[in-house]
Amino acid sequence: MPPPEKAALGPVRRDFSPWTNPDAVPLIRFENVTKKYGDFTAVHNLTLNIYEREFFALLGPSGCGKTTLMRMIAGFEEPTEGKVILAGRDLVGVPPYKRPVNMMFQSYALFPHMSVADNVAFGLKQANMPKAERDARVTEMLTLVKLDKFGGRKPHQLSGGQRQRVALARSLALKPKVLLLDEPLGALDKKLREETQFELTDLQVTLGMTFLIVTHDQEEAMTVADRIAVMDHGRIVQVATPGEIYEQPNSRYVADFIGDVNVIPARVESGTGNALKLKSAWTDAPIEITGAPEVAKGADAWIALRPEKIAISRDAPTPGTPNVLAGEVWDIGYLGDLSIYRVKLPSGDIVKAQVSNSTRLVERPITWEDKVWLSWQPEQAVLLTS
Amino acid sequence: MAEKKDTNWQKLIEIGVPFVWLIVLFLVPFFIVAKISFSTALIAQPPYQPVFDFFVDGVAGTIEKIKGFTLDNYAFLFSDPLYINSYLSSLRIAAISTVLLLLIGYPIAYGMARAPKSIRPMLLMMVILPFWTSFLIRVYAWIGILKPEGLLSGLLIWLGVIETPLAIMNTEKAVFIGIVYSYLPFMVLPLYASLEKLDNTLLEAAADLGSPPIKAFWQITLPLSIPGVIAGCMLCFIPAVGEFVIPDLLGGSDTLMIGRTLWNEFFLNRDWPVSAAVAVLLLLVLVIPIVFYQNFQQRQLEADR
Repeated sequence: MPPPEKAALGPVRRDFSPWTNPDAVPLIRFENVTKKYGDFTAVHNLTLNIYEREFFALLGPSGCGKTTLMRMIAGFEEPTEGKVILAGRDLVGVPPYKRPVNMMFQSYALFPHMSVADNVAFGLKQANMPKAERDARVTEMLTLVKLDKFGGRKPHQLSGGQRQRVALARSLALKPKVLLLDEPLGALDKKLREETQFELTDLQVTLGMTFLIVTHDQEEAMTVADRIAVMDHGRIVQVATPGEIYEQPNSRYVADFIGDVNVIPARVESGTGNALKLKSAWTDAPIEITGAPEVAKGADAWIALRPEKIAISRDAPTPGTPNVLAGEVWDIGYLGDLSIYRVKLPSGDIVKAQVSNSTRLVERPITWEDKVWLSWQPEQAVLLTS
Repeated sequence: MAEKKDTNWQKLIEIGVPFVWLIVLFLVPFFIVAKISFSTALIAQPPYQPVFDFFVDGVAGTIEKIKGFTLDNYAFLFSDPLYINSYLSSLRIAAISTVLLLLIGYPIAYGMARAPKSIRPMLLMMVILPFWTSFLIRVYAWIGILKPEGLLSGLLIWLGVIETPLAIMNTEKAVFIGIVYSYLPFMVLPLYASLEKLDNTLLEAAADLGSPPIKAFWQITLPLSIPGVIAGCMLCFIPAVGEFVIPDLLGGSDTLMIGRTLWNEFFLNRDWPVSAAVAVLLLLVLVIPIVFYQNFQQRQLEADR
């Protein structure tokens, strides 16, 4: 996307958070939706609001029900119980060809016997758009995805990335209320995928449409989405912005699914609300944590700690310093921009610490089998109770 | 170097074996038939001349005999309307049968391709099952069904639908029934193969873009099954033109088909040269759709690449 278009949009993005406004009416609402296939329950009594102009991601491993949820909006699946409401109208029982939403399929599902232009024009023909207007819209859409010179080609004459763009143009052509994207970038190679992610977000802002993406790739969800719903076994575990999901996961499942994390088992010793003291079998040092929820004394809890928030040192801290783990460097992953140290504790558990390589040293000061101490600030850890 | 020779030999065998097969079992017999079609009928053993015997005639004698070849047999085919009518009638019967086969076979193949995956092999088996009995016996069985005192008339009279027996046997209708029945698997199988390949998400995409199921059938399913339609039609039309058994057993004396004309010419008139000419001409008539089909397949292959 060329930068001028972006500049014209200005601050739209910055303070976009309709989900914090209790008066805002959601564009899509799943209301107590349950979906069963025989004995198998794919979606458990799920309620979810998605707002207009939002880029919303459904994230989870395969089989978690995210695709089922999306297909319910498209109309390919009907909920066993509950309502799927779009712009105030219950969609249950409305056939797919009468729903004002369009979907971009994972396999792209381009019609192989039609040219690129005919593929894009397909939905417009069904809507009986006059030919002149239709041709103009097809040109507009193909220009939007930078394929304006490819209208006469057949899908099999295009590369994977180009096919993906045709699929996108086709699903956008009808200017649907909601665009559904089913693993849209799964078939692209890494570099193209990263480029396309940014193009997708730009496109979504430019067109002012609501996008709903289904993905199992946490990085993709983090890059494109305004909000992410993390799903597991037909339930939503957490719905939040990418930042909140990463920094304040509400469970070990979410913490582990999004990015890299160390989960340290611990027991609450003392303290209330803002400053808790805990004890872990992994270290003799006390563990202190701030900004944690209220947890009863003696309860089991877990400390979630991102590798980049841990400091690694060869110098022993003064005895009694809190938030310290002692161990030995077991393995080093050198990634160029950063190094990941896998440190083995006396208990045998492995803790990952990440160090940014901001200096040009070929020989790093910490190496294999060094005795090291890992430490972190009390506010850097997250206390999880589930 | 040695390795290269090896692969050359391998290639030669790979290409050579089918070539030799086709030459020995197709091209040589064809030339024998073609040669007879240029000969003159004779009451003798064999019933035509010239008869070549290279060791007796020598080169000059052989050339002399080749000079005796004649196109009279072909001219004769065009002089007697019986032959032209037989060809036209055969093409007409084969064409109508093919259309009927397509109309009946498409829904069957479509239903099979849409059936749950678990029962598809069984359905496929049921289509192929009739091949386990002799073709001739199955056509004979239709005599028992279609004859005036047969099963069909008996059933309909018993049900009170009709009062007098149906006059189907020994008419063209019986030939259509026989051809449609016998050739149905040849129509269903290629159609099934192309419909079964059809990606269901294409239909979902069509629905998503506002096309109701019936419309989507015309826009997506039918165009994408055209290769199967053409293959099925070719597989039925070509052998149906030259069909002999079905018109002979079910069609009665009124049904004019080139296969029967050929048979009569050969076995009743013992006019080998004319019947050979009938056969060569039939081949030429059929080569045209085959070439058309090959051409289509070629384009299809190129499009898929």
